[in-house]
Amino acid sequence: MGNDNEIIDNIANKEYEFGFVTDIEMDILPAGLNEDTIRYISEKKKEPEWLLEWRLKGFQAFRKQKLPEWQNFTLPPIDFQKISYYAAPRNKKKYNSLDEVDPELLATFEKLGIPLSEQKALAGVAVDAVFDSISVATTYKDKLKELGIIFCSFGEAVQEHPELVKKYVGSVVPHSDNIFAALNAAVFSDGSFVYIPKGVRCPMELSTYFRINTENTGQFERTLIIADEGSYVSYLEGCTAPMRDENQLHAAVVELIALGNAEIKYSTVQNWYPGDKDGKGGIYNFVTKRGICKGDNAKISWTQVETGSAITWKYPSVILQGDNSIGEFYSVAVTRNRQIADTGTKMHHIGRNTRSRIISKGISAGEGQNSYRGLVQVGPKADEARNFTQCDSLLIGDRCGAHTFPYIESKNNTATVEHEATTSKIGEDQIFYLNARGIDSEKAVALIINGYVREVLNQLPMEFAVEAQKLLSITLEGSVG
Amino acid sequence: MLIIKNLHAEVEEKQILKGINLQVNKGEVHAIMGPNGSGKSSLASVLAGRETFHVTQGEVKFHDKDLLDMSPEDRAREGLFLAFQYPIEIPGVSNVNFLKTALAEIRGYRGLPPLDAKEFLRLSREKQKLVEFDAQLVNRSLNEGFSGGEKKRNEIFQLAMLEPSLSILDETDSGLDIDALRIVSQGVNKLRSKDNAFIIITHYQRLLEYIVPDFVHVLYNGRIVRSGTKELALELEEKGYDWLKEEAREKAETI
Repeated sequence: MGNDNEIIDNIANKEYEFGFVTDIEMDILPAGLNEDTIRYISEKKKEPEWLLEWRLKGFQAFRKQKLPEWQNFTLPPIDFQKISYYAAPRNKKKYNSLDEVDPELLATFEKLGIPLSEQKALAGVAVDAVFDSISVATTYKDKLKELGIIFCSFGEAVQEHPELVKKYVGSVVPHSDNIFAALNAAVFSDGSFVYIPKGVRCPMELSTYFRINTENTGQFERTLIIADEGSYVSYLEGCTAPMRDENQLHAAVVELIALGNAEIKYSTVQNWYPGDKDGKGGIYNFVTKRGICKGDNAKISWTQVETGSAITWKYPSVILQGDNSIGEFYSVAVTRNRQIADTGTKMHHIGRNTRSRIISKGISAGEGQNSYRGLVQVGPKADEARNFTQCDSLLIGDRCGAHTFPYIESKNNTATVEHEATTSKIGEDQIFYLNARGIDSEKAVALIINGYVREVLNQLPMEFAVEAQKLLSITLEGSVG
Repeated sequence: MLIIKNLHAEVEEKQILKGINLQVNKGEVHAIMGPNGSGKSSLASVLAGRETFHVTQGEVKFHDKDLLDMSPEDRAREGLFLAFQYPIEIPGVSNVNFLKTALAEIRGYRGLPPLDAKEFLRLSREKQKLVEFDAQLVNRSLNEGFSGGEKKRNEIFQLAMLEPSLSILDETDSGLDIDALRIVSQGVNKLRSKDNAFIIITHYQRLLEYIVPDFVHVLYNGRIVRSGTKELALELEEKGYDWLKEEAREKAETI
């Protein structure tokens, strides 16, 4: 077992790469949560009255709800009064061009591998960069505008496209959906907004990069993506945060709306600070993500690579309302040290001949705990609905855990629901076999892991698949001595 | 090429090799035979560097270097190849990707750049043909769902690809039907040259009808109790191992 112990120790000792802090002047709202907090945020963002009212309704829902108890981990106490709900880099009004953005901020994103100047940017990827509570810059905005595509910060959308925001915000994740979604409705600060007009195929990847910087703040962003009839968009989010001893809360909401024949592909590479090897610090990543295939033949596909956060708790879901609509969920979740992940998906089959596919790959190392929780629900009208679920767990070492909680509810006897699950362990025999062919143990583990997650990484846009592969190998680097 | 002197090893505190002496030169094929539990496969594992085996005494020189001092991967890079008795399945890792990685590692160790895609493909096709290995298996996950025979043939295919100087075949014939045995043996015979060497571990004489050894050694109770030429194998086939066991026991008593 010598090898296995080294695996665990080496994984534990791997440092987090993005743990630096940006020193910049910030406007920070004092900690605390009451109606005035919400009014302050709304006023700061010059919001219309209807949005303030919606926020206040969210706050009321938040106060009525209790923290859930069904999850497969002990939820640490969260003092909502000790969090600051708004932190923004101090600067004059709005940036009109990148030249006006604080160089320190640009440098921060550059350091994270997200250059915001369009000359340096990854070709074919438009980026919205969110720093604590606000969006710093959005690239390629004008170019996209020519096609009628709206890609901007949520705050900007409220000002410039209020009719779209009003129509769709809260339409998929209501303000009272769950306690964290309600909190988000009350205090959300910024996020990304995307609208793809009828029949337009978005020519580049749209991407938002979330960065938490300030201490004792939470990040509560809201993303709203609307793909009008026959349109297509591929969207990607990435995230990091500094290393701190205190836990920080990230309670985001993502809503996707795909109208008839539209397709939305949503990918996440999540690398929030996971806490140290003893489980101190790290981000609580409690996110509500849901999409609706509103029209016939619509398709929504979630792909997530979750390597960070102290606790990852989310179930990106699809409501399959339109006939023949398709929902997909591809996930890789890595937990090591004391990390916890309780993640999976929900597929609600409402329309006829709707199809869903779930591929979940959990990797647990150290003392990490990884749970897959999924719900496949088939309604009475969902004739010929089909679901396929494959749920695999890979264990490294013998102090970690993998758990599977599949729920199936079918009210239609023409539906087909399949569930397959496997649990495997990277065995010393496998590593020795590769050693005996000249491959050292570290590469052997990487080879096995890459083989294991390939099906999911293949779903990511090319550039990000490479990034995700790198991230995985860094995360599990030094896995064997 | 390989010199084993007074090699003692144990596994879980049980002595399994009790003083092995063996010299293998380039161009030679040595067969190691013996009854079950005599230490044949243990010798293969010790040479390949399996962690659960502990060498307690003796030395092994491979190309004049201390083999026992090297990690398993360095032994492979130095040109040692073990064809496993029970090749393991590794789901998700494609055979071809695995071989590419292995070949690149071994070449890198020798200061050579990895083969480009075209060269690799050509080499792979050539070797598939040589050892009659099904092209479809090359693209599948490593040994996953392979039959016993296919796994053994994959070992020989890897051997052909990696071109080791010393190959140890650990009971490669076990579980093979006669056709598979023929294909595996023909593969080995084609790969034999004046520059490489083979150690063939087998329980039965059958394999040695196809791969004719230069030397035959009988391992019993952790020691080589008799060495000879291919005729020794025939004698064993005829008389079984009992007379050697008896002889070894008497010898032990007189000492």
